[in-house]
Amino acid sequence: MTFPLFANSAVTYWTYTLVTVTFMVYLYIGWRNRVKETQGFYVAGRGVPAIANGAATAADWMSAASFISMAGLISFLGYDGSIYLMGWTGGYVLLALLLAPYLRKFGQYTVPDFVGARYYSETARIVAAICAIFVSLTYVAGQMRGVGIVFSRFLEVDIWIGVIIGMVIVAFFAVLGGMKGITWTQVAQYFVLIVAFLIPAIAIAKQLTGDPVPQTAMTSSDICERLSNLQVDLGFKEYTEPFANKTKLDVLCITIALMAGTAGLPHVIVRFYTVPDVRSARYSAGWALLFIAILYTTAPALAIFARYNLLDQLHSARIDHIEVVVKEGDQPPQSTAYEISGVDDAVRQAAYDQVAATAKLPETFEDSDGRTIRRSVEVYYHLTREDADGKLVSIDWTTSWQKTGLINFDDSDGDGTISLVNQGGNFAEATIDQDTIVISTPEVAGLPPFIIALVATGALAAALSTAAGLLLVISSSIAHDLYVHFFDPDASEAKRVMLGRLMIVAAIFVAGFFGINPPGFVGQVVAFAFGLAAASFFPVILLGIFDKRTNREGAVSGMVVGLLFTGIYIAGCRFDKLFAFFGATEPLFGPWCFGISPEGIGTIGCLLNFAVTLTVSRLTPPPPDEVQEFVEQVRVPVASEAKDYSI
Amino acid sequence: MTDSSDESAPATEHPHIDRRGYWKANRLLILVLLSIWAFVSVGCSILFVEQLNEFKIGNLPLGFWFAQQGSIYVFVVLIFVYAFAMDKIDRKYGVEE
Repeated sequence: MTFPLFANSAVTYWTYTLVTVTFMVYLYIGWRNRVKETQGFYVAGRGVPAIANGAATAADWMSAASFISMAGLISFLGYDGSIYLMGWTGGYVLLALLLAPYLRKFGQYTVPDFVGARYYSETARIVAAICAIFVSLTYVAGQMRGVGIVFSRFLEVDIWIGVIIGMVIVAFFAVLGGMKGITWTQVAQYFVLIVAFLIPAIAIAKQLTGDPVPQTAMTSSDICERLSNLQVDLGFKEYTEPFANKTKLDVLCITIALMAGTAGLPHVIVRFYTVPDVRSARYSAGWALLFIAILYTTAPALAIFARYNLLDQLHSARIDHIEVVVKEGDQPPQSTAYEISGVDDAVRQAAYDQVAATAKLPETFEDSDGRTIRRSVEVYYHLTREDADGKLVSIDWTTSWQKTGLINFDDSDGDGTISLVNQGGNFAEATIDQDTIVISTPEVAGLPPFIIALVATGALAAALSTAAGLLLVISSSIAHDLYVHFFDPDASEAKRVMLGRLMIVAAIFVAGFFGINPPGFVGQVVAFAFGLAAASFFPVILLGIFDKRTNREGAVSGMVVGLLFTGIYIAGCRFDKLFAFFGATEPLFGPWCFGISPEGIGTIGCLLNFAVTLTVSRLTPPPPDEVQEFVEQVRVPVASEAKDYSI
Repeated sequence: MTDSSDESAPATEHPHIDRRGYWKANRLLILVLLSIWAFVSVGCSILFVEQLNEFKIGNLPLGFWFAQQGSIYVFVVLIFVYAFAMDKIDRKYGVEE
């Protein structure tokens, strides 16, 4: 897919410049922070200040999806989009109050370290390590895909080239610097991504409401009322109407599953091992959420502005003419324009018939010499609307976006104007991909090319920082939790760091492979990652700290029940999408559990885990004395006798 | 496999520390803060959103505002309040690092 929009040379120029400059900065930081020891490699030498760790956590957390897709998703869901806003922020409260300080006190390097030590069980450690690898690997594939898409859209290279460039950059700073290199690079990436997100949002807020602060513009101006009125006119529900797309129970379950999942995701938890002490772990979580909240409170404002702009500009826009571009073999493309809105009904109908006939031409045909020639037909609507003075102005940005295939029009009633009235939940005569909302904002608001380039750079920063954090978790799970622990416990410092580096390289190759050949289920794995983290890690770690009586038998049976229930429910409900590769076409079963969707079932899995763990623990012998003492130690910040907690 | 080489660890236990009292104070604080957390996110933003939408903040329905703005602000404040309050509790029980 080419991106003719950015054939605009100024934008391409700025994008190349900004991407090159930021990449040099990332590489420089990676080089400056190269490490030699295990501590440096896995936990950045535990020397990261709370506020820096906060910024790094924020960059780690906010992925390409947060940056590009979330505002668009909210804009289409209205109130119901709050599940993502609250779910992906509220989890940090759980993390800060219930998990982070105690895990920092515990020390060590990974989440499986804690699970293995607290539940005096090598099986528990292996299960935790495998869960961590599975969750992180599925997650990172999506990030690599995001890197590839940004490259291909903004720099007009093939997706696979984009993925490989991204792999090389991440490999450089992750392999050299391990957690230390990743952390300081993420701090830089946070600033790039937040500036790139805020500038267009501020510009469009000022333009629509006169107030440059998106959060207050959304609250105190009448923009939301205007949007709601517009929505009602078009036959949609008011923007702020709750439970328009999902039931109350479902909204509740999804929000809680995302919160508990956030608190249980290994790549987030492990960040709190890098700070100097327990106190820093608490503050660090606060800084992280503050930095995340800057984007997460801007996104819903942007969602409202963008949707308003879209409806306001496009509804009853006049179709000035339709451009049909036919390209046959090596011939130069033939472009024909059909006038639409300025002509009478019969002429317009004839034009539409002609367009439809051309669009239906077969993709290949044989020329007079019997050679097979490929033919492509592209149809572009050129729209105009009346401005405030009643003058007709053309809406240029829609033309360039049609070329990407992310926006499509179809004047199905043939009246020469675009209608956005509600037709089965969609716009009657337009299809608009939700990903266009953030990326197209600078253009819709008429901002200079520099800003469009900045958005591309920000999206790359978001994708690369998340990918790096995930790769480290995969590497540490394989090298530290599985290999060194089980096969080579006496490995030297140098060997351990070497292994970590090797595993990062291996993980990058696997992630890159999935980035270039995405399995059809990448979009579905988010539900899996959060559901599984909520149903396994979160209860196990929480009870490990707060309930001394929880023992190995309880934790293992709780995890098994939580994982099986959640995994089977998601797989069954999404059978058609997850296993399309194997020819599955229908889900095995519907959402039979009170109609809770697969995204929200992690909440039930989490509750089941708690119930099973607590019950089984009380029916079996209590944990050994040294484990009870271990829990006592973890609860108190003060450094005490250095102990070897590993078994 | 030893860890804690980074912790400036005194070689004594701390028998004088009132661990139970400290843990109780910590749990109470967590309970209070998480109740606010649940009240704002689950209560104001989801369960009672329709009722709260009868009221307005600025030009936005209140429940909607809580769901998309207010709850996030409260989350940030809660974490910092916890960190501040724990500093105090740590000092009171003499367990600060």
